Amino acid sequence: MENPAGLIPAARWQKALFVLPAFLLTFFIVIFPTVFGILVSFTSWTRTGTTLDGPGSGFVLFRLGDMVRDISEAIRSTWNGIDNFRRMAGDDAFRTALKNNLIFAFIGVPLQYLVALGLALLLNQQIRARKFYRVVFLLPFMISPIAIGWMIGKAMFDARFGPFARIARELDITLAFYDTGFKAVSWLIVISAWYAIPFVMVMLLAGLQAMPGEIFEAAKIDGAGRWRTFVDMTFPLLLPVSLTAVILRIIFEFKLIDIIYVVTGGGPGDASQTLSLYIYKDGYLSGNIGYATALAEVFLIFVIVVISLLLVTVGRKIRSLY
Amino acid sequence: MVHNPKWLQITIYALLAFWLVIALFPLYWMITLSFKNLVLITTGPFFFPWIDYSPVTLGWSDLFESGQRNRFLTAMRNSLICAIGSGLLSLVLGSMAGYGLSRFSYKVGIWRNRDISFFFLSQLILPPAAVILPLYILFVESGLYDTLFGLTLLYTVVGLPIVIWIMRDQFNSLPVELEQAALVDGHSALGAFLKIATPIAAPGMVAAFILVVIFSWNEYLFSAVLTSRTSYTLPQLVATQVSSQGVKFWTMAAVGTATVAPLLVIAIMLERYIVRGLTAGAVK
Repeated sequence: MENPAGLIPAARWQKALFVLPAFLLTFFIVIFPTVFGILVSFTSWTRTGTTLDGPGSGFVLFRLGDMVRDISEAIRSTWNGIDNFRRMAGDDAFRTALKNNLIFAFIGVPLQYLVALGLALLLNQQIRARKFYRVVFLLPFMISPIAIGWMIGKAMFDARFGPFARIARELDITLAFYDTGFKAVSWLIVISAWYAIPFVMVMLLAGLQAMPGEIFEAAKIDGAGRWRTFVDMTFPLLLPVSLTAVILRIIFEFKLIDIIYVVTGGGPGDASQTLSLYIYKDGYLSGNIGYATALAEVFLIFVIVVISLLLVTVGRKIRSLY
Repeated sequence: MVHNPKWLQITIYALLAFWLVIALFPLYWMITLSFKNLVLITTGPFFFPWIDYSPVTLGWSDLFESGQRNRFLTAMRNSLICAIGSGLLSLVLGSMAGYGLSRFSYKVGIWRNRDISFFFLSQLILPPAAVILPLYILFVESGLYDTLFGLTLLYTVVGLPIVIWIMRDQFNSLPVELEQAALVDGHSALGAFLKIATPIAAPGMVAAFILVVIFSWNEYLFSAVLTSRTSYTLPQLVATQVSSQGVKFWTMAAVGTATVAPLLVIAIMLERYIVRGLTAGAVK
């Protein structure tokens, strides 16, 4: 796609008018808090112990001075240097959460891709009511992960009252879905896949439908079988879209929290916890804001490093394929 | 198109039917649960209303008549306001930024159009958990805590990268000549954007708006940390029900059904736009 940038001449202030509002909002709501978090991560700030005066009354901007004084006083009184990071080095829950993040991203996402590829290929066949299947297969991606967690993780995978309960009774099996860390993580991967597969499927289907039909006609005339056509043509042509979809999924899988929170709460113990959930539970529910913010900053650096590596290696591959 | 032999065609339909069951059964199970009571749930599992059990409306009357009513209606209202508000706001700001990045040539220090676009897109990588605690402190201190305005503003920012991405792609695909003609006729750049470009960019705008609405409607973490007594949204209601209700499955199922139903309707009606938004820029 050719970028027509520069085709409309505009004065400096006009150009700024278009981009600046979005930039400023992003800066104040996301960039500034992230940088401010670096300060907080060197403190023992707690939700109950470190009180703020709050907004008081009047227009916010007139009280900026008060706010800055209030917050810097809180930071000074709770400053504990690199204690948080020293504690993190020996924190098993932190290590487990980091490991789970990697499992969900690098085992979960490839599984999502395989199923989604199968579905996209099915939907690309000559079938009746294609539109109907496309719409229904998209539905899981519309549902709040919190609701999915309850709907599948709790209501369906219920040992006593779930839909599998009667069969289990008759076969004399005791159902238990989340009693070990391995089982808990495995079922969470399945539930997360149920949610995410439609997204990958939609991307791959768009890729399949954008392929020129003539080359497949040509392959058929040349006598190429289905399997050879897929391996030699369809799959390589689909590679750029595939990699884009997989990278996007990995980015989003790193944020996984809601499903786990509802289904296992991170348990048994901390076994199925991700870093997002650990930060939420320790920082917000238990109120250890200082330590959890230190976790959050390390998490952010970790995510940026992993995604940058992916973009540099795989991203270059994508660009060379286009 | 390659024609399939009969056995293959049958296999294809069998697999499609199998996945229909996978995609729909959890929803079906939740809806049937919302029409059961304690006896029906503990003596079950029952699958077919009117055939192996007679449905009761206990869950729904819990939701609309007794104790849950106020909390549920508040959450529904809050979710609606946040979702539509952040959808509209991010659409306005994101369309403008997308248009600017598509049509003008920027040079801010060493940053050019590509770099600015990448800056916005890179916000997608940020995990909400990484900013949530500093944001909590700043929201409490600035008075945005537990307000719909604060939550809407935050959802707007989270929605911006995807809106800018979709809209830049949309404007890139539109011919620039009409706007150039408008400039010759004496319109300003803003005038050309509002009168010429936005009307023909409507499909992209619908797609971007829906995606932000879906995100805001379903989001949990920000809402859980940054709101408490007044501005909670539906996912938060669902989550607190899960931890507080034990096996009161029928109310839970009714809350869940009411939470997901609006988006399912949107998805069925506007599937084309959702797919368009999800695949923007991915297929060339």
